[in-house]
Amino acid sequence: MFASCADPETLSGLSWLTCYLTTGKHIAFYWAFGTVLLLLAVTAPVALLFGFGGAVAARSRLAPLSWLGKGYIAVVRGVPDIAFFLFFVIALDQGIEWLRHKAKCPDWDQPIRQGNDFIVCAEAKMPLSTSAQWVHEVYGFWLAVFTFALVFGAFAANVLYGAMRAVPRPQIETAEAYGMNRAQVFRRVIVPQMWVYALPGLSNLWMVLIKASPLLFLLGVEDIVYWARELGSTKTPQFTAYPHGDWRMWYFLFLLVFYLGFTRISEIVLDRVMLRLTHGQATLGSHKRTGPIGMNKAGPP
Amino acid sequence: MKTLILTTAALALSAGAALAESHAQTVRLGTEGAYPPYNFLNDAGEVDGFEREVGDELCARAELTCEWVTNDWDSIIPNLVSGNYDTILAGMSITDERDEVIDFTQNYYPPAASAYAAPSEDVDLTGGVVSAQATTIQAGHVADSGAALLEFATPDEAVAAVRNGEADAIFADKDFLVPIVEASGGELVFVGDDVPLGGGLGVGLRESDGALRDTLDAAIQSMKDDGSLNELIVKWFGEDAQTFE
Repeated sequence: MFASCADPETLSGLSWLTCYLTTGKHIAFYWAFGTVLLLLAVTAPVALLFGFGGAVAARSRLAPLSWLGKGYIAVVRGVPDIAFFLFFVIALDQGIEWLRHKAKCPDWDQPIRQGNDFIVCAEAKMPLSTSAQWVHEVYGFWLAVFTFALVFGAFAANVLYGAMRAVPRPQIETAEAYGMNRAQVFRRVIVPQMWVYALPGLSNLWMVLIKASPLLFLLGVEDIVYWARELGSTKTPQFTAYPHGDWRMWYFLFLLVFYLGFTRISEIVLDRVMLRLTHGQATLGSHKRTGPIGMNKAGPP
Repeated sequence: MKTLILTTAALALSAGAALAESHAQTVRLGTEGAYPPYNFLNDAGEVDGFEREVGDELCARAELTCEWVTNDWDSIIPNLVSGNYDTILAGMSITDERDEVIDFTQNYYPPAASAYAAPSEDVDLTGGVVSAQATTIQAGHVADSGAALLEFATPDEAVAAVRNGEADAIFADKDFLVPIVEASGGELVFVGDDVPLGGGLGVGLRESDGALRDTLDAAIQSMKDDGSLNELIVKWFGEDAQTFE
């Protein structure tokens, strides 16, 4: 990266380290942090959306819809994450290719499965094998986001389902007494009030999601765990300008610090959100609020 | 919804790319990227090594557009048959077991020796603990030898196990071990005799990909005929390496 790095053998100490930490490989490692953060940033809202959909479906008075919602929650929550990840991503990928194959190559006469091989026509490949490597990587990333969102959506659905039922019955009765119909009650009373009951569960899920992000590695996305292992492994002088011993411990220690710092920041932010959500509500969650006093106290202090 | 929109965007992009390059056939070459000198990631993070040069030359001769892809060794065959890439060039020895699942071209590297490396000469190679990379011919050999087999996902972890005393010795391709033993400054030494294993390294392909196999077979043959393959072997494995006649 720097001109002074042209001949690393002559370097020592800090300048060696500077050059070492800015090799192309290390830059890829730093980008991988961006990948993980992007995954989390996208997965969280999508999973929440899935969860909301699942919870609404599970509450539905239409039996088939309710079965669908409850089935989604039960099936996805019941299958181990790793098994789901390994199965679902392959199945989803092949499913997409199969659908495209049906649409684009109607007069293909060979079977799709030949022994171990899964073969679709070249136009049905997803992404096409002619597309650049980054397209493949982007596609793999979105498969991962979708899978993560589906898994965590089921947990979020369960949390939201419970939160919707936790909204005090008198609130709903009052709304009904004002003549609101079921949809209005849901929109104006239940949804605004459920968040405070959902937040502890959702914040828990967020923490688990952060910790689950190394599963990306399983899905073939070159994430920070992949690069930490690759960069930390012993390097012999023939194949690199920066030979070193087994440094995996240091790289993994760095990941540990990163995750710990990230979850700590999350905790602080979530605490603030909790305070905001309990504003003016008489819940146990608001006991340590420091804002205007008196609004949130149900009884004498 | 967001997923859907972006998937659609990705779809549109890949369709555009396809239109632009529809003439040349693109072949995706799968490799591990963690097995020097055969294949590894260089400091810039690109695939490098003997197989990189062989693969690029084969593609040039066969007039294919090639793209390198890295994949874990564990899942390198499953991802080939499900179509994530079209070939494997990853120091993979031609064996009967693998030939049942995938196809191989003729070998581009002659049958090579495997060897044991250990901290000292007096380790028990048939009764001790020997590490090897999982699902390799070396792992199979150790399992048959009577020693306790300790398997690792990457060859580097198998070496690390010997260094930290978890295993008594490592069994791997000698070409992989030579640079490590040399760089260890006497910490690791070769133990026992070399063991010839496998039928040389071949390019792995899906069984249904007969046309591509014939193309690559011809390209390998032409590299053998004009001696350029031997030059690459000497370049990466030294003067003493076994070459094609």
